[in-house]
Amino acid sequence: MSTHSSRIAARVMVAPSVALLLIWMIVPLFMTLYYSFRVYRLLSPERNGWAGIRNYRWFVESPDFWLAMGNTLALVGGVLVITVVLGTLIALLIDQPVWGQGVLRILVIAPFFVMPPVAASILENLFMHPQNGLFAAVSIGLGYEPILYLQDYPMWSVIAIVSWEWLPFATLILLTALQSLSSEQLEAAEMDGASAFSRFRYIILPHMMRSITVVILIQTIFLLGIFGEIYTTTQGGPGSASTTLPYMIFKQAIVAKDIGHAAAGGIIAVILANIVAFFLMRGIGKHLDT
Amino acid sequence: MARATSTRRKALTTLAAWTVALVIFFPVLWMILTSFKTEVSAVASPPELLGASWTVENYAEVWQRSDYPRFFWNSVVISIGSTLLGLAIAIPAAWSMAFVPGRKTKDLLMWMLSTKMMPAVGVLIPMYLLFQRLGLFDTKIGLVLALMLMNLPIIVWMLYTYFKEIPGEILEAARMDGAALWNEILYVLTPMALPGIASTLLLNVILAWNEAFWTITLTTTKAAPLSAFIASFSAPQGLFYAKLSAASTMAIAPILILGWFSQKQLVRGLTFGAVK
Repeated sequence: MSTHSSRIAARVMVAPSVALLLIWMIVPLFMTLYYSFRVYRLLSPERNGWAGIRNYRWFVESPDFWLAMGNTLALVGGVLVITVVLGTLIALLIDQPVWGQGVLRILVIAPFFVMPPVAASILENLFMHPQNGLFAAVSIGLGYEPILYLQDYPMWSVIAIVSWEWLPFATLILLTALQSLSSEQLEAAEMDGASAFSRFRYIILPHMMRSITVVILIQTIFLLGIFGEIYTTTQGGPGSASTTLPYMIFKQAIVAKDIGHAAAGGIIAVILANIVAFFLMRGIGKHLDT
Repeated sequence: MARATSTRRKALTTLAAWTVALVIFFPVLWMILTSFKTEVSAVASPPELLGASWTVENYAEVWQRSDYPRFFWNSVVISIGSTLLGLAIAIPAAWSMAFVPGRKTKDLLMWMLSTKMMPAVGVLIPMYLLFQRLGLFDTKIGLVLALMLMNLPIIVWMLYTYFKEIPGEILEAARMDGAALWNEILYVLTPMALPGIASTLLLNVILAWNEAFWTITLTTTKAAPLSAFIASFSAPQGLFYAKLSAASTMAIAPILILGWFSQKQLVRGLTFGAVK
């Protein structure tokens, strides 16, 4: 029941957001596409021209590329598994009646509000540092050599840091889902003699599936872009052992100032993200109408 | 859940839950404790707790550094500036999509969401070059614009889900009374939408404050906020654990406090209304 004039006004009001996002999407994307076919180094701008698909071939054939792809996959997959599994268990635990629930939730949610560079540098220095870190002290106390976390297990260290940051998010959403579960159903199942495991398997888990999907979708969007944690801790190293696709492109663009090759990497990242996004959007789209 | 539980069981679950919560919170707690130790005490091995020498010097020293207050101020300006600008652009859009939906509104919303999925590195190079050429590199204005654009889809979405809950009949009534469009927005809608707008503001200030891609890549020193400062702290500073902890504690304290007030909104905002 809207008048013609209010419909026009509505379009006018949507326009700035749409125009801005369109420019934000299209202009840089086409510039990246253009540079991806050019020879362009900021340090030697006199050497320029068309590169054809040489930039892409260089990027894909670089030994770091498949390593970076594997690392990106390990980071997203690893963090998803850890946060969803632990998040479910913790949500089940703190959904029980306990004393001090309010404070408890505040403590559990806290890591999510810690900015990535702080989370990374605190865990790197105060905990994982081979001489002064708390983990090293524990290792020594138990009679073992300290573990060189960032040196020997750089990717696992990054996964651990990112998991710590995102565990509260998964927990909070899964807890929200648990709290909307009717207790009658659970009580009935309990009276019928269903074990704790089958109550979880056949009542709780199906109820939580939708929220678990949402957690996976949202986290994937953010995890694909993880940058600050790697920049703060390993800088992609040692060597390229913890270089992800975003970090590889960053190194090529900002550190090596090699715009052409980095742009080709950027386009590859956009294509890959679109493939992932296609599935994500279908998932979120399904939830939208309810 | 209103199930009858024995006190013993409650005590056990309380113990387990608190153990888990303290383990999760421990890095933050340890950081805060370290920030009050002297540098020597902070790196002592084995770690000192009761016998540590305590001080508040670290906070004074970090704050008196010539540049720390500037990083802090940059964070304040950038996070609040980008959020307010985003709200100014998004409120009319969300309003019209919620109350005057067209055939394409749903597609438009999904498209806006899809822009969030564009990896930032894909547009890093043009942003870097454009910012250099337009004189926006390492400026607060530049970061306000970049972070506003980054969060605009989330702002529109959050506002949309809140506005959707306002009954349309109220607007009809206002219209019957002959209220003009702007009066309708100003006097009828805004008061009802205020809680939603406040939540959106809160969450996006948090997201912008903690942002660590554009703040690191598009700044060097002048406009760098706390996230960029902490990210590069250990390199030139050497390993000053107590000062790093003090600088970090101050960097997260405002957001930790805001965050505790916005737990509910966080779920809703970051799941685009899919979980309430």
